[in-house]
Amino acid sequence: MSETGGIVLEELPPPAVDPEYAELGGLSLAAKYGLKQSGKRPPLFEYAAQLWQRRHFITGYATAKNRSLYSNARLGQLWQLLTPILNVAVYYFVFGILFTQSKGVPDFLLFLVIGVFLFNFLQTSMINGSRSISDQLVLIRALHFPRACLPMSATIIQFQQLGFSMAIVVIVALATGQTPTLNWLLVIPALVLLSVFCAGMAMIVARMGSVLTDTAQLLPFISRTWMYLCGVMYSLTSVTDRAGVPHVVKLMLYYDPPALFITVVRNCLIHPPVASSYKSVVDYHAAVNALHQPAYAWLFLAFWAVAFGVGGFVYFWKAEEQYGRG
Amino acid sequence: MAETPRILPSQVLRAVQGKEGEHSYTDAELARLRAEILEERAKRRAAAATNRPTVVVDNLNIIYRIHGAGTGRGSATGALSRIVSRRTAPTVKEVHAVRGISFVARRGESIGLIGRNGSGKSTTLAAIAGLLPPEKGGGVYTDGQPSLLGINAALMPDLTGERNVIVGCLAMGMSKAEANGRYQGIVDFSRIEDTNPHAMSLPMKAYSSGMAARLRFAIAASREQDVLMIDEALATGDAKFQAQSEQRIRELRESAGTVFVVSHSMAAIRDTCDRAIWIEAGRILMDGDVDEVADSYEAWSKQA
Repeated sequence: MSETGGIVLEELPPPAVDPEYAELGGLSLAAKYGLKQSGKRPPLFEYAAQLWQRRHFITGYATAKNRSLYSNARLGQLWQLLTPILNVAVYYFVFGILFTQSKGVPDFLLFLVIGVFLFNFLQTSMINGSRSISDQLVLIRALHFPRACLPMSATIIQFQQLGFSMAIVVIVALATGQTPTLNWLLVIPALVLLSVFCAGMAMIVARMGSVLTDTAQLLPFISRTWMYLCGVMYSLTSVTDRAGVPHVVKLMLYYDPPALFITVVRNCLIHPPVASSYKSVVDYHAAVNALHQPAYAWLFLAFWAVAFGVGGFVYFWKAEEQYGRG
Repeated sequence: MAETPRILPSQVLRAVQGKEGEHSYTDAELARLRAEILEERAKRRAAAATNRPTVVVDNLNIIYRIHGAGTGRGSATGALSRIVSRRTAPTVKEVHAVRGISFVARRGESIGLIGRNGSGKSTTLAAIAGLLPPEKGGGVYTDGQPSLLGINAALMPDLTGERNVIVGCLAMGMSKAEANGRYQGIVDFSRIEDTNPHAMSLPMKAYSSGMAARLRFAIAASREQDVLMIDEALATGDAKFQAQSEQRIRELRESAGTVFVVSHSMAAIRDTCDRAIWIEAGRILMDGDVDEVADSYEAWSKQA
């Protein structure tokens, strides 16, 4: 304090220092009492264990979010069913009636419904995943939890929606004259693998979206292009049978993860075409080709799910301490 | 200065204020009360000085890097002309918000951080919570994972208050049963239903900022935490809730936790803290007994 009674900041004595800190220094003082560096990323397996410990948070958050999703709309939860139905209606109008892609495809409505719903699951998981970090900054800054909870619950929200969509698929299948077989049950493991794949993709775009905010703007265009490449509303054969398409491109189109998931689920639910019900051999072959499932399809499904599920998780974990800065 | 404090220690001050400016204490009684309180606080601080440290802040430096500051990020034409003319993006601006802060916090301490707006108080708390990575050559070491309570309104604005409580508890790592078990206690503590019995079933975006802050505080304080940090959260509550949360802070302090409070209300700091740290321009100016530091800060604020 200066003579005039005022306080001059430059003249203040240096602040008091903790004696033990002065003696040991920060690092050894922290080491002595077992303090850990704040916000440091835990090792991968510990991180996974923490995530498992918060599983109720992931599902609870997803359920709560799902309920609030349509709380502003008059029709409320009915939109859970209406959204996918309207989606399919639009695609059916454009691709089934205007562009007549239905030609040569057996059971086109069921074919389309499966394609649209499965791809929609991936697409919305990714778009919501890319926003999951930047939209929840308040939550991230207030409470500590493994951040992978957020993109994971974005996927689970969509998985719950997929449940409604699959109910529609079953109704469409029965209405169009399919009889249930044991093959239908194979849809369940296929959807589980697809969810792992989607969760991985959601974590990849979540990390990208948390750094580069433009990701959320760009993603709808990328995912839409991807959708048109996956044979969601047309048979992939109509592209691969064209002259001059290299073999590599064919393989890429068939083994592209979403396309492969869609093909496998279609083959589980749609009966293989019977030759006698077609007027000509050409028509019959077109129908068979429309459902063409490449070799080792299930093996590749498992591979995609594990590769992207684990890869996305590790990629997300690598930047764990960065989330919440933006 | 310590011999002739112009401002009474907080508890005496409140005893005096409780009688609406008039009180029946004689000067001698007041002096005795003040001495008692000072002695108690000195005892608490002396006891805490040998406790285990919970937070060690060692030469902490935080630099914010702001991309595209100042130039046409907002206008499309600006961005376009940048792309066309192949100029690189505007330079990254650096803000050196915290410049080499060091202190040690121990169990049983309640520490107020004071200073002007933009002096680096909230940044320091965010760094202790592990939300901002420190620059090389320094670090923050903590016992367990500290929670930071900010002033921002809702945790999840679209969800009901009820869901916010449960999901918030789950996020802090409670089990489902534990979260359900604590639910009523949290609601009672927040006193949200006093004014509107249906408040818990409303989405949190419908809450007033004071109600939201109360619920957030209740959620975070429901768990026994080693380190709790409160950023201006007390300022938004009404008088009754302030008294209640101050009580909760004292309880946490007594259960050997460490509490940090950032506030511009010197009364709140004096009421809840034993120790205060004055931060100005990212550096520590004073670190010591709350009345001593708060007196200097107030004297300095008035003269400026």
